[in-house]
Amino acid sequence: MAISTVDGQKVWQRRDRNTQFKIWFAWLIGTAVFMWCWQQISAATTWQFFWDAPRIAADIGGRAVPPRWSYMDKLWEPLWDTLNIATLGTVLALMMAVPVAFMAARNTTPSALFVRPIALLIIVSTRSINSLIWALLLVKILGPGVFAGLVAISIRSIGFCAKLLYEAIEEIDETQVEAITATGASRWQVMAYGIVPQVLPAFAGIAVFRWDINLRESTVLGLVGAGGIGLQLQGSLNTLAWPQVSLILLVILFAVVVSEWVSAKVRGAII
Amino acid sequence: MSVALEARLGQPWKKPPFISSPGLRWALLIGGVIYLILAIYSIDVNWARVYRGLDRGWQFVIAFANPDFTSRAGEIKDGMIESAVMAFASTVVGIGISIPIGLGAARNISILPVYLVCRAVIALSRALNEIVVAILLVAIFGFGPLAGFLTLSFATIGFLSKLLAEEIEDMDRIQAEAVRSTGATWLQRYIYGIHPQVVPRLIGLSIYRLDINFRESAVLGIVGAGGIGATLNTAFDRYEFDTAAAILLMIIVTVMALEYLSGIIRARVQ
Repeated sequence: MAISTVDGQKVWQRRDRNTQFKIWFAWLIGTAVFMWCWQQISAATTWQFFWDAPRIAADIGGRAVPPRWSYMDKLWEPLWDTLNIATLGTVLALMMAVPVAFMAARNTTPSALFVRPIALLIIVSTRSINSLIWALLLVKILGPGVFAGLVAISIRSIGFCAKLLYEAIEEIDETQVEAITATGASRWQVMAYGIVPQVLPAFAGIAVFRWDINLRESTVLGLVGAGGIGLQLQGSLNTLAWPQVSLILLVILFAVVVSEWVSAKVRGAII
Repeated sequence: MSVALEARLGQPWKKPPFISSPGLRWALLIGGVIYLILAIYSIDVNWARVYRGLDRGWQFVIAFANPDFTSRAGEIKDGMIESAVMAFASTVVGIGISIPIGLGAARNISILPVYLVCRAVIALSRALNEIVVAILLVAIFGFGPLAGFLTLSFATIGFLSKLLAEEIEDMDRIQAEAVRSTGATWLQRYIYGIHPQVVPRLIGLSIYRLDINFRESAVLGIVGAGGIGATLNTAFDRYEFDTAAAILLMIIVTVMALEYLSGIIRARVQ
């Protein structure tokens, strides 16, 4: 808050001059960086294509418009594969994420000095690489197909699930753990009766949440050869079969909406 | 109560189940097992191919230990700069479009028709996968960073306006009312009544989105929308695992640095 005097009258301003100046300077830098970025993008763009775009879009739209419904017969199997990639990928990810989470949580880690940093490293490195890149790599190693997609999805999900789960473990009520310990329970009994029941709702929520994300991601994994409906999308795009592309996009959109609805329902029931 | 207690006495204690209704519990369990059997049965794994590939996997692990930054340094540098440029520009444009849409999508300050239109835009942007949008935009605008930039801007709108609208819906009405009672115009009401309340969260979310956009820009290149992804894809296709490892390491380090930076900035503004 700043009050300055103009012609003997007090005038209120929201910020004093120094703050105003700093904010103005930050805007200046930001605008300059943005202009430079825009210049880079503009230099790499063929602008004739840009001005031509409405015509091309209308053309593609015109070709795509009645979706080829009969093609649906060939989509059931890839759709089933996509669902399997998402579900089994999530299951596999959770199996690996649970031990990592228990090792990463401050109150359950066996060794804060050695084990915890390794667990945190696993979480960060699996989380920062997109599932499509994992798929790209795993298709080279495991061969194209559903299996590569499944492993890609599960590796990508470890970090996400383990991070949310270890945060939930760190937030548990310690008094319950103490009560179980006081009965003379062993380490595993404390785990089973003191910690697990407290994080189980969070666990179920995370599982469904990640399953929803995984279903979205597994629809495009086929683009790099990792199975699912993306394979059909890639094939239709390459043969310029736009009516099939529009049908596949509709199916993907429908699957995403359904999965979001299911995940919202289940999470609503848990919490 | 006492009858129930009498029945319980002398019985050993059992852990209460997570799902209390036994019918639902058994149905879920049996359904889950049947699904798992069907699903695992329908995946055919070519174990011979996997076994042959393990060697290649091991090469990749070794490549991670000594990544090759130098032999493709020019391409990596150009790709990283292009990714960063796309991420920054699309975040700025995305914020610019998200603010009006976020205001329109907040139920407490917007009228019903505007609210419905804005919510529809948000739902559309969230439902479409970035890669799918990128494929369509590459088909329309041609290869290059412009398609990637437009894709990321579009994806930013759904994310940022939704969270901004929720923040506005949760704000303190009293301050906005106080500004309104001085006879402020609509714009003044926004600048002095609403904006100061949501700006710390807006800054935090924007930096978080910059982080996401950078990560996403790393994959858009696979479908031809510019950025480091194209270089990465080529490196994988040519089995140059040491170059690919170098690129992946650079992505991980950049993402970690951005995450750290966003943590600091968010802690300072909030």
